[in-house]
Amino acid sequence: MNTYTFTLAGAKLVALPSGALWWPDEALLCVSDLHLGKSERIARNGGALLPPYETRDTLFRLDADIRETTPRTVVCLGDSFDDLDAANALTEEQTLWITRLMAGRRWIWIEGNHDPGPIDFGGMHLAELHTPPLYFRHIARFGTSAEVSGHFHPKASVSRRGHRLTRPCFLLDSDRVILPAYGTYTGGLHSDHEALNKLMRAEALAILLAKPPHPIPMPRS
Amino acid sequence: MRRLPPLFQDWYSSKGWSVHPHQIALLERADEAALLLIAPTGCGKTLAGFLPTLVDLSPKSHSGLHTLYISPLKALAADIRRNLSTPISEMFLPIRVEDRTGDTPQSRKKRQRADPPHILLTTPESLALLLSYEDAPRIFSGLKRVVIDEIHALAESKRGDQLMLALSRLQALCPGMTRVGLSATVESPTSIARYLACAPKQCSILQADPGPDPDIQMLETEEEPPWSGGGAKYAIPAVLRQIKQHNTTLVFHNTRAQAEIFFHNLWLANDEALPIGIHHGSLAREQREKVEAAMVRGDLRAIVCTGSLDLGIDWGDVDLVVQIGAPKNVKRLVQRIGRANHRYNAPSKALLVPANRFEVVECIAALEAVQAHDLDGEPQGPGPRDVLCQHILIRAAAGPFEAERLYEEIKTVGAYSSLSRSSFEDCLNFCATGGYALRSYDQWQRLQKRPDGLWQLRDPRATQRIRMNIGTIQDTDTLKVRLKGSRGGKPLGEIEESFAAALTPGDTFLIGGQIVRYDSLREMVVQVTRDRGRKPKIATFTGTKFATSTQLSARILAMFRQEDWPQLPQHTAEWLKLQRKVSKLPEANRLLVETFPHDNRQHLCVYGFSGRNAQQTLGLLLTQRMEAEGLNPLGFVATDYATLIWGLDLVANPTPLFTLKNLRGGLENWLAGNAVMKRTFKGVATIAGLIDRNMPGARKSGRQATFSSDILYDTLRKYDPDHLMLKITREEALRGLVDFRRIEEMLSRTAGQIDHVALDRVTPLAAPLLLEIGKVPIKGAAEDRLLAEETKALMREAGLT
Repeated sequence: MNTYTFTLAGAKLVALPSGALWWPDEALLCVSDLHLGKSERIARNGGALLPPYETRDTLFRLDADIRETTPRTVVCLGDSFDDLDAANALTEEQTLWITRLMAGRRWIWIEGNHDPGPIDFGGMHLAELHTPPLYFRHIARFGTSAEVSGHFHPKASVSRRGHRLTRPCFLLDSDRVILPAYGTYTGGLHSDHEALNKLMRAEALAILLAKPPHPIPMPRS
Repeated sequence: MRRLPPLFQDWYSSKGWSVHPHQIALLERADEAALLLIAPTGCGKTLAGFLPTLVDLSPKSHSGLHTLYISPLKALAADIRRNLSTPISEMFLPIRVEDRTGDTPQSRKKRQRADPPHILLTTPESLALLLSYEDAPRIFSGLKRVVIDEIHALAESKRGDQLMLALSRLQALCPGMTRVGLSATVESPTSIARYLACAPKQCSILQADPGPDPDIQMLETEEEPPWSGGGAKYAIPAVLRQIKQHNTTLVFHNTRAQAEIFFHNLWLANDEALPIGIHHGSLAREQREKVEAAMVRGDLRAIVCTGSLDLGIDWGDVDLVVQIGAPKNVKRLVQRIGRANHRYNAPSKALLVPANRFEVVECIAALEAVQAHDLDGEPQGPGPRDVLCQHILIRAAAGPFEAERLYEEIKTVGAYSSLSRSSFEDCLNFCATGGYALRSYDQWQRLQKRPDGLWQLRDPRATQRIRMNIGTIQDTDTLKVRLKGSRGGKPLGEIEESFAAALTPGDTFLIGGQIVRYDSLREMVVQVTRDRGRKPKIATFTGTKFATSTQLSARILAMFRQEDWPQLPQHTAEWLKLQRKVSKLPEANRLLVETFPHDNRQHLCVYGFSGRNAQQTLGLLLTQRMEAEGLNPLGFVATDYATLIWGLDLVANPTPLFTLKNLRGGLENWLAGNAVMKRTFKGVATIAGLIDRNMPGARKSGRQATFSSDILYDTLRKYDPDHLMLKITREEALRGLVDFRRIEEMLSRTAGQIDHVALDRVTPLAAPLLLEIGKVPIKGAAEDRLLAEETKALMREAGLT
């Protein structure tokens, strides 16, 4: 199996090689930081005209994960859209695609710092979601536990025989799991960054995206 | 026809100088549309270039800009300003000279735009920036002449392509403008003349007296050069002795890292505390300026340097050039040698110091080539279109334009004279809409066509973005290094981000000749403290790595054919004999492939002699093939003469790997996703304006805030494989970093004659490769295996299973 299974607050969770999190007992699929419409937003602001294919690429991968897992609930953990205007500027084809993915299941849009308000898609819009025993929110809150969050786009590196590999990763300790960014046009923050060091316990793991995902002790500064 | 006025004749005599024939010639022919002067260093080349301007401006006062001088180096512009001030003040000429570079304060730049001097000294980038302003026509009105210094150095780079595009624009603004190019000795003056000319007009060539042949030799050392490595530490006592015997010595190195190590060792051996400085492109500007100033004052006995001192600044008293490491390219060696002795008609003195045994061979080959006046040159391709895209954007920043007229202007540039209209339209379309096949930014176009047919920027805010991204120099992601201390700490220089990422606190490395200890990374600044240790972990600054030229490689292969090598030192001759005994020596018309186990891995070594870039590509193509055949390659390293591949499995029969069909096929597949292509793409996309180099207000961390250009590359490959950026990337890689041309040359030269020698240990020729830096990992099955190994080991160490 190309997955990595762990427990958080008693819930059995599965890290998928795509960067999505699968909770089999609840049939819940969670993805974070899709950043749909990023290229459009950059162009709109007079920036570069980036290849406008990232939304399609992200949806393509999400579609594959949904087909694979057939979830009852999908949680998009915030920063699903690069900004609120980007949500409205998706092509008709992309809007239909999302609607088709949403059909027949519970779909929850958690608010992120990029998309803090409601958007014109169906589903539920929440600041955070509590599905016992887990809390789903965009940005991890220090001092809490049983928490699933995103926002930081964590990544980590390993070295072996002179090779240095860097991959997006899940960060996991007994209190929380932080998801890697799922969107195609997303960069990453090294796990040894101060913010992540403060947040994660000493024994935290970084689960590097690969087939299957590989856990290592979280690299720290 | 102009003659030298009495005022100037008197000045020359008062100096005790005689006017050089080429200076007179340039004055007499000042009205020609374009003129190229080829002259060795130290014969008044720059004055020759300015003489027509000084004469022209001497009797009357001219209003506005008269002459634009362009040099590849900022430092050169400042130096020329100082040099020009002597004749101007001594002859009381009513001429104002100013320089304008990236270092010029904003206030002065603003004033220069409002009230340009008579002579403006600048760089290609600063000129491009000036042309991006709406008032460019006013700034340049009245311009009569353009003088391009060190044109040979610009002609082979994208900076030069950008410069010539800028000149085409200038020529349109000032139709009567004449062009003068000043060049060092080159192998093909006609190609530079074609480059300088405003097509279809011609450019004449003036050849100055080349002066006497240089006095060039190998440095004699007591100690033998080592088997491998690039430090040339063995030669320190001999080099130090030479420094003592001369007034001022320039010690050239091929890479910055080598310069640092050598300087460090030189300093440790410098018992008499001779004043010696170091100068290279990774050092902080403050550090470099200090060294330059000391040099001008004549305070230094030697400077350890890299290509950063290849050009320009007249150091006056340099009487010896030492080249450490193989010169790679005969033409550049000749130009470097010319840095010694700026006295006309005295031979320049130079010593070659091979860093290891193989370089002994290359140095001797280079020496023979210099004596034979056999310079090397690689053919130049058509002008690169990423530079063209940037030019279109710069034109747009200056105001609305007509596509047809811009196209006609561009066609006057030699390198772009064969540019097709559709090729131009592709670039224009890319600038306007992004040029994507499947969905364009209708609403958010960057350039819009107005009802009157002119093109203009949609969002005027874009001009700032365009201006901040002007330039074609590729900077790798580097981080500033500062000594920890108050007020932000003293800047020492820059190191590559990848190198910084590999550091852990406590690691030591060399920068600016001192050993420092890495403490922390704060706001993208590497904080260090001085370290008292004597053995640093070495900084891998890349600097520019040149490939050994085809011609020099051919000379080396020809030398291998000899029965014996009386021209080589005995130790090197014996090394070659040993290689001949144990294995074989590579030949020009056969391909030698060795296989042997070493350090728990299987190795395969190919002696293609195709230059570093082509050998690198060969490494990528072969490992891809090996990956497909389940041979589990792990990585490879390439030098100018060979590629060494290592992996988990033995390659029993390497011959099928080397058919042109297989390699070509591999080239197509492999284009899909390898580091060299991605690096090339990053450069192309940055120059063409797809990726920002500088964002207003914020420095890109290169890591956190933005995603890497690799993602854009992969996305384009997947959804828009025929996109312009990918086409340009492919073209460029094939002749630049990929250099497939030289692989084809190697395959046709060897014509399928492959000598496979299987051994049980490393061979004499292969041994140095094991110590080369710059190893390329293979992202394949073997890597997944390693990742699994490593994660298991890490978990075990941490007590987690």
